[in-house]
Amino acid sequence: MHRYIIKRLLFLIPTVLGVTLIIFIVMNVTPGNPGRMILGPNATAAEVEAMNEELGYNDPILVRWFNYLKDIVTKGSFGQSYSTKRDVLEELWPRFLVTLRLAILVLTLSVCIGVPLGILSAVKQNSLMDTIPTMIAFFLAAVPSFVVGIVLMYIFALKLGWFHSYGLKSVSDYVLPVVSATICELSAYLRFTKSSMLEAIRQDYVRTARAKGVAERTVIWKHALKNALLPVVTSIGMRFGCLLAGMVTTEQLFSIPGVGSLIVESISMKDEPMIIGCAVMVSICFTLLMIGVDLIYAFIDPRIRAKYSKGG
Amino acid sequence: MSNAEKMLDIKDLSVVYKTDLETVYAVNGVTLSLEKGATLGLVGETGAGKTTLALTLMRLLPERTGKVTSGSITFEGENIIDLPEAQMRKIRGDKIAMIFQDPMTSLNPVLTVGEQIAEALLVHNEVGRSKEEIEARVDETLTLVGIPPARKREYPHQFSGGMRQRVVIAIALSCEPDLLIADEPTTALDVTIQAQVLMMIRDLRDRLGTSMIMITHDLGIVAQTCDNVAVMYAGEIIELGTAEDIFAHTMHHPYTDGLFASLPNLKSKTARLQPITGLMPDPTNLPKGCKFAPRCSRCMEICKEVPPEVYTEGTHSIRCHLFHQSKEN
Repeated sequence: MHRYIIKRLLFLIPTVLGVTLIIFIVMNVTPGNPGRMILGPNATAAEVEAMNEELGYNDPILVRWFNYLKDIVTKGSFGQSYSTKRDVLEELWPRFLVTLRLAILVLTLSVCIGVPLGILSAVKQNSLMDTIPTMIAFFLAAVPSFVVGIVLMYIFALKLGWFHSYGLKSVSDYVLPVVSATICELSAYLRFTKSSMLEAIRQDYVRTARAKGVAERTVIWKHALKNALLPVVTSIGMRFGCLLAGMVTTEQLFSIPGVGSLIVESISMKDEPMIIGCAVMVSICFTLLMIGVDLIYAFIDPRIRAKYSKGG
Repeated sequence: MSNAEKMLDIKDLSVVYKTDLETVYAVNGVTLSLEKGATLGLVGETGAGKTTLALTLMRLLPERTGKVTSGSITFEGENIIDLPEAQMRKIRGDKIAMIFQDPMTSLNPVLTVGEQIAEALLVHNEVGRSKEEIEARVDETLTLVGIPPARKREYPHQFSGGMRQRVVIAIALSCEPDLLIADEPTTALDVTIQAQVLMMIRDLRDRLGTSMIMITHDLGIVAQTCDNVAVMYAGEIIELGTAEDIFAHTMHHPYTDGLFASLPNLKSKTARLQPITGLMPDPTNLPKGCKFAPRCSRCMEICKEVPPEVYTEGTHSIRCHLFHQSKEN
């Protein structure tokens, strides 16, 4: 098991190498350059060129990639932002924490509501307990997230004045962004829990349990749920990873300084070090999450536990 | 056969699977009975309604679609069709137990084998056994089916197919049921393991005095294990008798004849096997006369129009027009 975790952690190295290289290449083939972005449309071509030279943007990409990796290894530095001149990590970290907090809240709320609703609608398939939550969740999923955010903002911030419509200065400021993001996430949780639960309920071993005379509640909780949880855990892990980088709409709408909006800003500024910093951060998080998911897997499923202990 | 000896009496049982699109007539007017300690072989090809009949006995039909439309099942003097679910749960696993077809899927992969055997004992713990006593009983049951008790802490994936089927059998036997339904217990196993498992089931039945319904499409298994045989076709019992009636007698339903003709026989030199041509009728749209008429080589005009009555001779009964005619002549 330990060896397995170490092996997975070592996998981070090629992941980071790959992610950085891909971004260097993508940034290189897309039009625009940081000099022009920083100096604005009125600067002369010579000034832009000088600026790019100063930033080291004119070097071949492989050279830049190599220098970038060298800085990480030797100085532990992810470079300086082109646009703000500040250290990438210094600027990124607080914004990452904001998003992380937001994502954890959204995830917790979605899991607490979506997973039980999914179980319920699978167990009571085709009854009102199934159709009503499913229909509501699908309706909410069909509405774009910014619409949900704007509607909530209009009602609770503008009309009722219960919450602020922007920023994250107090605890209550979290309510609107978290709720609006959760509303959009919810249907996914309900759907994957439901389908996985339906699958489990149809299995032969559930029939075996019923044939023993086990009460229906035990059949669901002890026999079906534990098996249904495996795919649910994977999906939750994936959703969490996506949330970390993908809450741009919510962040922009509520003027929250998170990673999502940082990525968007940096891309429009062609701020290469910042973009790569964000991407590396997100991919490290994703890898760690997936290791976490695997550990939970091993905890739930003895077959996987056996595989790990055998394969080291 | 006196009434007192009958532990199971099925009368005119019909079961349908009803969905919005269609109605599948799975079991059509089955009448059967089983004496205490006897073994009934239920034979027929895939889709004949054997498993549906078994699931009906356990009251485990799919809730939304499976419906009993007529008939009664009297088990130890009680009609279990009308029993409330809570009471049925007490019978299930304790008085009537079932061995399922596929050992690879019928055990829960995330629970240990011991837990799965102990569960039935815990659910039906009327005598108030302690934890230790239940564990002892689990060990005893495992020994009974030839698995070292030490393996009870292992998970199903650590067992081979044959061993898993032993576990499934151990679960079914743990509460010493009065009636054991074995639904093709050896179909999913290798031939060598098949014989082993079958012998074990037979030994255990003899030792514990359990009544048994052996569902199979293998006439060899029937010959080895059963006292009585019921041949099922398209949801009906088309021939019923003692093993001797079926295997030694010459008078048979044409379908039963077909079943025997499609078996390889080492003694007589048949050039090739004779399969029964055609397929089972569409269960959503059964023929209005004899259900076997479209495939029957001896089909008469009347067979296409009128469903045949049961022709009885001693313990042997056949649902076919042929024999009524010969009697009239």
